[in-house]
Amino acid sequence: MTVMEQRGAYRPTPPPAWQPRTDPAPLLPDARPHRVLGTEAAAGADPALLRRLYAELVRGRRYNAQATALTRQGRLAVYPSSTGQEACEIAAALALQERDWLFPSYRDTLAAVARGVDPVEALTLLRGDWHTGYDPYEHRVAPLCTPLATQLPHAVGLAHAARLKGDDVVALALVGDGGTSEGDFHEALNFAAVWQAPVVFLVQNNGFAISVPLDRQTAAPSLAHKAVGYGMPGRLVDGNDALAVHEVLGEALAHARAGGGPTLVEAVTYRIDAHTNADDATRYRDDDEVEAWRAHDPIALVERELTARGLLDEDAIRAVREDAEAMAADLRERMNQDPALDPMDLFTHVYAEPTPQLAEQCDQLRAELDAEAEAEAEGAGR
Amino acid sequence: MTTVAVKPATMAQALTRALRDAMAADPAVHVMGEDVGTLGGVFRVTDGLAKEFGEDRCTDTPLAEAGILGTAVGMAMYGLRPVVEMQFDAFAYPAFEQLVSHVARMRNRTRGAMPLPITVRVPYGGGIGGVEHHSDSSEAYYMATPGLHVVTPATVADAYGLLRAAIASDDPVVFLEPKRLYWSKDAWNPEEPQTVEPIGRAVVRRRGRSATLITYGPSVPVCLEAAEAARAEGWDLEVVDLRSLVPFDDETVTASVRRTGRAVVVHEAGGFGGPGGEIAARVTERCFHHLEAPVLRVAGFDVPYPPPMLERHHLPGVDRILDAVGRLQWEAES
Ligand SMILES: Cc1ncc(C[n+]2csc(CCOP(=O)(O)OP(=O)(O)O)c2C)c(N)n1
Repeated sequence: MTVMEQRGAYRPTPPPAWQPRTDPAPLLPDARPHRVLGTEAAAGADPALLRRLYAELVRGRRYNAQATALTRQGRLAVYPSSTGQEACEIAAALALQERDWLFPSYRDTLAAVARGVDPVEALTLLRGDWHTGYDPYEHRVAPLCTPLATQLPHAVGLAHAARLKGDDVVALALVGDGGTSEGDFHEALNFAAVWQAPVVFLVQNNGFAISVPLDRQTAAPSLAHKAVGYGMPGRLVDGNDALAVHEVLGEALAHARAGGGPTLVEAVTYRIDAHTNADDATRYRDDDEVEAWRAHDPIALVERELTARGLLDEDAIRAVREDAEAMAADLRERMNQDPALDPMDLFTHVYAEPTPQLAEQCDQLRAELDAEAEAEAEGAGR
Repeated sequence: MTTVAVKPATMAQALTRALRDAMAADPAVHVMGEDVGTLGGVFRVTDGLAKEFGEDRCTDTPLAEAGILGTAVGMAMYGLRPVVEMQFDAFAYPAFEQLVSHVARMRNRTRGAMPLPITVRVPYGGGIGGVEHHSDSSEAYYMATPGLHVVTPATVADAYGLLRAAIASDDPVVFLEPKRLYWSKDAWNPEEPQTVEPIGRAVVRRRGRSATLITYGPSVPVCLEAAEAARAEGWDLEVVDLRSLVPFDDETVTASVRRTGRAVVVHEAGGFGGPGGEIAARVTERCFHHLEAPVLRVAGFDVPYPPPMLERHHLPGVDRILDAVGRLQWEAES
């Protein structure tokens, strides 16, 4: 057979049928961030929820201010403030059920505290005391996580495990806009969608990763659009509108709880303070921009709604502020006491049982401490 | 009358058996990784597990090592005991951040509240003619990370016993499986009741008086072969199989070297910054007055893992080991 004859014998057929694996249309986020406060929809809001959000937002802002002040007094090594982002922090904590889990990033102290973690214990890491100051199982709050986005696969794994065990538990994982560029963000969302894990991802898009603006992180239409590539719904929400964030997270959590799988929520917000107390934000952004966001303040939005509906009077506002002051005073007082650390604890929790090598090093340190104490006693005796 | 001979099992089969027994004994044990389900793993170590225990217990994950280990962390937080398979040594590197920043230190950073009983199985080492990225000896990275146990079997029985111990451990264990021993067979009898080996104990594989070869994993059989060959030279070599690199069994190693007065550390990993440097230092610190010669190392060269056609020049072999033994200052004896 000639080559031409062989060619003639080959009859091309169309490729095996192809169709999209899921319809992308329902996964797409809304054209603009969802808002409730300041719209007609706010009229239906539960007064108790509004009051609760308000009180927690005011406490949260006071907490940030107090923690930042503590850095100036040398009582905290560093503090990444979430001022401007309180609506995300508080709504995240309040949207969860008691049995659910929260996976905070390093900026999310407020969310941990609003979920019940002791305000001082939440700062243990940042004051230079032991890394995680609280028992994660007590309030189901994972340790504040510093390596960006690495907490996201943990949330997926925990949610997956809970579902395998038949438990009604949903995980909510928080991450910043910069964190969405990390590989772990991608892997976590992909695993979550493939496993249909009951997990919700909340991206707080506060405009910057330290100094780097969002347009250097991504060319995506929005961060919420990234959801579509994983086959999960993406939601866009006004991150300064506590009611809207609470509503969107509530829906996403309910969807996950019902077996509907994960959701990616992008909350559009702004970091009013510098990255941390050690950062100088004037090097990379204009005051005008900050002022524009101050005018869309999460606390003022709720306050306006409450007062307009006659749900908040001067006395009530004063009571909320006094409560926040009392919290701050307590925080100040407790943070001004030197924590007592036992150097021998260095070796206690590296393994369930210290290795022989660690036992030796433990003995070495004990001998050094004994010698130190002896020298001190001698000095005092002289 | 005929006695029914037990079919000798391979190390891979012993590992499979260990996984199966662990899964049967404890519903919290979950196996996860790339191709571990339907296929049974590229080395077939997870063969049959998905069928027997279901895909929720032996799961084909998406292809993403950080994601595999990262989700295993979350599963362990919720009370499961994940056994993660990394497909090859060099493909475990994407999971390194999760391993170092979370797996190794979660117990410590939560003051003991959140231990992570995770086993990370990693096929490692060369000698199988693997092309680029399939033959790394990555143990030094893991050894340098406090909070991890690092374990590697050299016999079929240990493969079973140590893997059971790793899975039962409340601490994370990096379980390094010597690829070229997967198909090795020895006297292990799967029909007999099995023992779980304690983690952290070395064993003397061969008694000897002249010098100690300190080794582990894929280099154990090579050292035993070298010890046999050394008899012709009049050397009676002791071979210590470390089994556990972390924790390190100073006691067994020190006792052996104090007895023999000479030591060579043998491993495939590169010598510079490799495990042998740490081991030689420990031996010297503890046995100085018993040593007749400096502790020597026979290691892989400090080169990226060579192409298969050159790997025999790289891997520590009998001759190179005997050369090192020959340099242990025997002249001083006579
Ligand atoms: C893996 C990793 N890389 C770098 C850093 C250093 N770092 C800390 S915060 C930060 C910016 C994070 O930005 P974003 O995710 O947007 O969160 P935000 O700070 O705005 O809350 C960087 C680069 C880190 N913590 N982890």
